[in-house]
Amino acid sequence: MEFISILSIFVLACFVGYFVVWSVTPALHTPLMAVTNAISSVIIVGALIASAAAGSATSKWLGLAAVALASVNIFGGFAVTARMLAMYKKKDRPAAGK
Amino acid sequence: MEQVVANPWAMLAYLVAGVCFILALRGLSSPVSSRRGNRFGMFGMTLAVGTTLVTHQIASLPEIAVAILIGGAFGLVTARKIAMTAMPQLVAAFHSLVGLAAVLVAVAAYLNPTAFGIAEPGGAIHQVSRIEMGLGIAIGAITFSGSVIAFLKLNGNMSGKPIMLPGRHVINLGTLALILGLIAYFLADEAPWVFFTITGLSFLIGFLLIIPIGGADMPVVVSMLNSYSGWAAAAMGFTLHNTAMIITGALVGSSGAILSYIMCAAMNRSFISVIAGGFGGDSGAAAGGGQAIDRPWKRGSAEDAAFLMSQAEQVIIVPGYGMAVAQAQHALREMADQLKAQGVTVKYAIHPVAGRMPGHMNVLLAEANVPYDEVFELEDINSEFAQTDVAFVIGANDVTNPAAKTDKSSPIYGMPVLDVEKAKTVLFVKRSMGGVGYAGVENEVFYRDNTMMLLADAKKMVEEIVKALGH
Repeated sequence: MEFISILSIFVLACFVGYFVVWSVTPALHTPLMAVTNAISSVIIVGALIASAAAGSATSKWLGLAAVALASVNIFGGFAVTARMLAMYKKKDRPAAGK
Repeated sequence: MEQVVANPWAMLAYLVAGVCFILALRGLSSPVSSRRGNRFGMFGMTLAVGTTLVTHQIASLPEIAVAILIGGAFGLVTARKIAMTAMPQLVAAFHSLVGLAAVLVAVAAYLNPTAFGIAEPGGAIHQVSRIEMGLGIAIGAITFSGSVIAFLKLNGNMSGKPIMLPGRHVINLGTLALILGLIAYFLADEAPWVFFTITGLSFLIGFLLIIPIGGADMPVVVSMLNSYSGWAAAAMGFTLHNTAMIITGALVGSSGAILSYIMCAAMNRSFISVIAGGFGGDSGAAAGGGQAIDRPWKRGSAEDAAFLMSQAEQVIIVPGYGMAVAQAQHALREMADQLKAQGVTVKYAIHPVAGRMPGHMNVLLAEANVPYDEVFELEDINSEFAQTDVAFVIGANDVTNPAAKTDKSSPIYGMPVLDVEKAKTVLFVKRSMGGVGYAGVENEVFYRDNTMMLLADAKKMVEEIVKALGH
């Protein structure tokens, strides 16, 4: 891919991120951090390429280590986000309302 | 060059993964849609990993499976077991892993550029890729070492007090300039010493940047590191020409940046002054009114508090970091239930920087089964204090200090605060009268006529109030 087309994707994604994140309710800022953490582990893609590549044994082991680290984050990040989100409940007794 | 990403189906799959991540964040606009959003995120990740595995000649599948299993199991167990109060540490620890993974991938790409399709026919690395790699490894390393320090501070392994090195601004700026200079030099010379010096210096600067930052500024630091972990992923995405990584990196990067901005605004401090560090050290204590020490104040008991609140029409609870430390959120919810059973309206008021990370208090209250529609943000509830009978402050301090509105010499002047003093009565749960908040300033509220101090451990005090309410 051309550098300029990658850059375009990046810049547009920054704007998407900007608007999407402002619409996140402050009550969910902690889950937001946990889930962004989980998705930034998409770096595992690079780790997989490194660990699959022929040519350099060091590179392969570094890749495998990165796969393991990113996996901690992916599984841990999504699981802890799900756990937190499951706790957010609405009032179940309308009688106690205003 | 038969680059693997040139496969149009793979590119499409990565794009879809990127869109799923956007939807994952979009879902967080309300608790109702958030769970579906999280599932989008999981799907996107599975798609990205699956695509990579399918489109590459994977020679070492068993090893990869083992790596994923070990990492995944560790992550799942941690996520299951972690206490909600320890969430800031966990997030910091997770950030450090992203940073380290980025560093490892960058080193692997440096050692084996052909595998990543970033090598010229002669074996040298593309010029553009060198810049991307240099930036990627620098940001990754900063994220790693910075998050490790943040973790140690949040976890209490390291004092939350700022550690100030003499001449640190000069050292930091010098190191930063050196890193940027070396990245530029990396264009001309891809020798290992250049690459690994960049790495080493970046580890160092991450460490140096975070040690002078005090405990109360941690929400900004955690958000900032969140942002860095995104930029690191984006830089690696540039290197690998991978859309999913670029989109995700941009999302996470802007997310962290926005959170940092919100946190700074909530403290009325500039990002630069937070990063410069030193806030909450001893210097602030002298600025606080020294004459305030022996002013009269009222002390109340759990019974007094129970009586006042049961007579009230509306009680607003203001939780802070002290509630998290004392693990008082469950007892607090019991108290609220009792009050509601007696016909009192109970609401919660959350200051954006209460706790150690954005949204920290909301998660703790949700854990204690407090319905989220009883929990309000500062700007939504601040006007209600004037019509409220009791403001119940538990483990918060600086965020209620009216000096922020009136005293121009105060270090927290201009910070938006909760107007608790406008309530008919303020009940202030605090461990002792001695301590000052993180900003090192006396809180005027303690000495007001309508304030009653409840001096005890937050959890014990609330439990006693619950008992007293039961009578």
